[in-house]
Amino acid sequence: MTQLRQSFELGLSLCRTCGLAVSRASLGMDRRCPRCRSRVEHRTPFSTEITLAWLIAGIVLYIPANLLPVMHTAGLLGEEDSTILGGILEFWRSGDWDIALLIFIASVAVPFTKFIAIGLLLFTVRKDSRWEQHQRTALYRIVEFIGYWSMLDVIVVALTSALMQFQVLGTAEPRAGIAFFCAVVVVTMLSALSFDPRLIWDRHA
Amino acid sequence: MSAAPPPPSEEELPTPAIRNRRWIPRLVWVVPIAAAAIGISLLIRNWQNQGPQITISFLSGEGVQVGKTLVKYRDVTVGRVSDVVLSADRKSVVVSASLSKDAASLLQEDTQFWIVRPRIGVGSVSGLETLLSGVYIGLKTGTSTLRKRQFVGLENPPALSHGPHGRELQLHAARAGSLSIGAPVYFRQFQVGRVIDENLLPDGSTRVTVFVEAPYDRYVKPVTRFWNASGIDVRLGADGLNVQTESLAAVLAGGLAFDDGPIEALFVAGGVAGEFALYKNESEAMAPPDGEPHYVRMRFTQALRGLEVGAPVEFVGVNIGSVVAVDLGYETRDRSFPVIVTVKLYPRRMGRAYEILAAQGKTESDETLAALAGTLVNRGLRAQPRSASLLTGKLYIALDFLPGSPRVAFDASIRPLELPTVNGTFQELEANVVRLLAKVNELPLEQIAADLHTDLKDLHETLSELHARVLPSAVDTLSALHGTLDSAGRVLDVDSPLQRGVTETLSESRSTLQAVRELADYLDRHPDALLRGRRPQKTPRGPATSSSDAKP
Repeated sequence: MTQLRQSFELGLSLCRTCGLAVSRASLGMDRRCPRCRSRVEHRTPFSTEITLAWLIAGIVLYIPANLLPVMHTAGLLGEEDSTILGGILEFWRSGDWDIALLIFIASVAVPFTKFIAIGLLLFTVRKDSRWEQHQRTALYRIVEFIGYWSMLDVIVVALTSALMQFQVLGTAEPRAGIAFFCAVVVVTMLSALSFDPRLIWDRHA
Repeated sequence: MSAAPPPPSEEELPTPAIRNRRWIPRLVWVVPIAAAAIGISLLIRNWQNQGPQITISFLSGEGVQVGKTLVKYRDVTVGRVSDVVLSADRKSVVVSASLSKDAASLLQEDTQFWIVRPRIGVGSVSGLETLLSGVYIGLKTGTSTLRKRQFVGLENPPALSHGPHGRELQLHAARAGSLSIGAPVYFRQFQVGRVIDENLLPDGSTRVTVFVEAPYDRYVKPVTRFWNASGIDVRLGADGLNVQTESLAAVLAGGLAFDDGPIEALFVAGGVAGEFALYKNESEAMAPPDGEPHYVRMRFTQALRGLEVGAPVEFVGVNIGSVVAVDLGYETRDRSFPVIVTVKLYPRRMGRAYEILAAQGKTESDETLAALAGTLVNRGLRAQPRSASLLTGKLYIALDFLPGSPRVAFDASIRPLELPTVNGTFQELEANVVRLLAKVNELPLEQIAADLHTDLKDLHETLSELHARVLPSAVDTLSALHGTLDSAGRVLDVDSPLQRGVTETLSESRSTLQAVRELADYLDRHPDALLRGRRPQKTPRGPATSSSDAKP
């Protein structure tokens, strides 16, 4: 790795808009790309800080998302508020283990993976760790990839609420929990987005 | 992230370190703070809304589900079951429920809880929605101001869950009839309340609790009489067919009715306020009070088939009691099996007679009644089974004066009183009929029939003989007679020769007679002519000549 030089060492920055390699010395006060006038940053500014902020927001929001009911169903068989975990358990008990597993992965496993993965990335970046840089980069890609799969739950609730409107026979309405859950997904995606993976490879000192 | 200017070890000028927008990244921390704030506010609100936790014990937790079963008051959810456990003694189920905060005021000491399940009665259907949605716990607030957290649930829902204004009354009856909880209560065909409870009291009688709604409860007075209005009252009276019923629901589910009782009821009222007797039917309810019954026993030496418990006892045609028992006794003296009939008599039913007797201080106690009965028996009072209807063969007991009956000893000290009896007339009638039937039976009907048969056969033979032999000859005879008569007719005809001959003969004899008369005249005048013969004279000829011819 030592053989590979980083742009910083070469005094170069890359314009992320037009791909122009800019000599940092040539940048003006406003740090604009001489060609496309986009702002040229060596690294995403305050990446770790912003990522951490989004991450914490995501974790905080995840608590009410699980505690509050996500859906309210009413019908001939009575009315019921279902939470995410309650729904998973219900599916599991009624024998639909596949659906239970799917919802579990989308609503529990994925957010947790993201929390832990982003947390790990932030931690190692702060520590300036050289540990498993390839794996960590792969982890970042995974986090980016799985991010929107958590929206599955939100879509299920949205579809169910939209379709299940049979008045007396049965109605379903979204409840506050799903908004929180949606916020969790968005916030964690923002968190992953604001993380600059190049930091994994940066060497200070 | 104040990027310190890199050490000027390298070439060129130091880069100006200008970070004029540093507050922007700080702004991102608003997001987790806001999220935390929202979460905390939710927590606080939830904690604030946390209502009281209560426990209710039920005999059975059928259908109650943790987290699903709701507690409802007036069909509004006020709580949710949070736990269902067996009680320590395993005899009941303890249901814990967390109520919403505003439901705390519902938890009075006498608040009642019950599990709402579908109940279908004829009068009403309730809790049907729970068929599909599962049970819920209903509650009814009380009036107490004391608060409580532990309750004992009712097994049956109270009939009135949301206490309308009105009055609760207790009715006492020997039997409740076909009443059921929820059965209507009528006042002059108006439904004014319903039956809310039925109890079997320790003494075996029933207590029916009814609720009369507010504006109508003022019709309930101390003189009010309640009666069972179930079913249809069909009566065939002198004024035609009379059908009475309160309503179709009352026919099916039973019902009660009340109205002001007779004024006489006033002097026996004395009941606790809110406690009433429940009568079997309207006429019984409206009848003047019967007073205490007196039990009297009778001993009959004849079979009393058709005498049933409840059969009336009539005193001189007035119903004054009923049969309460018909037993078979055994008389060791003559080894007979008398029928022992126990009746209860209500002397008050004797009406005016009773009033007079009561004024004399009689019939109030058993002793005076016994004394009275003694005198009546001496005057010929006897109990007699009589046929109430030939069609059904039912009997009743008649107490009547039969002056011709033999004297009997009356023991006034026996309890219950024992009245002397005579056998019913229906048996004599029966015996007569039997005797008549026996006589009819004895008739040699077969013999008569056989004789009659032979006679008829003879008659038949005679007739056929007559037909075969006599009739033809009779016909011949008749035709011969006809011929005879015919010829006789011809003979007698005007133009017949016989007739003519007779006529001629007759005219000739007439002329002959004339000649004889002339001769006679001549002889009268000439008697000598007999001897001398006839002188030539100018005499009419004819007969003279003939006579002269004859007498020469």
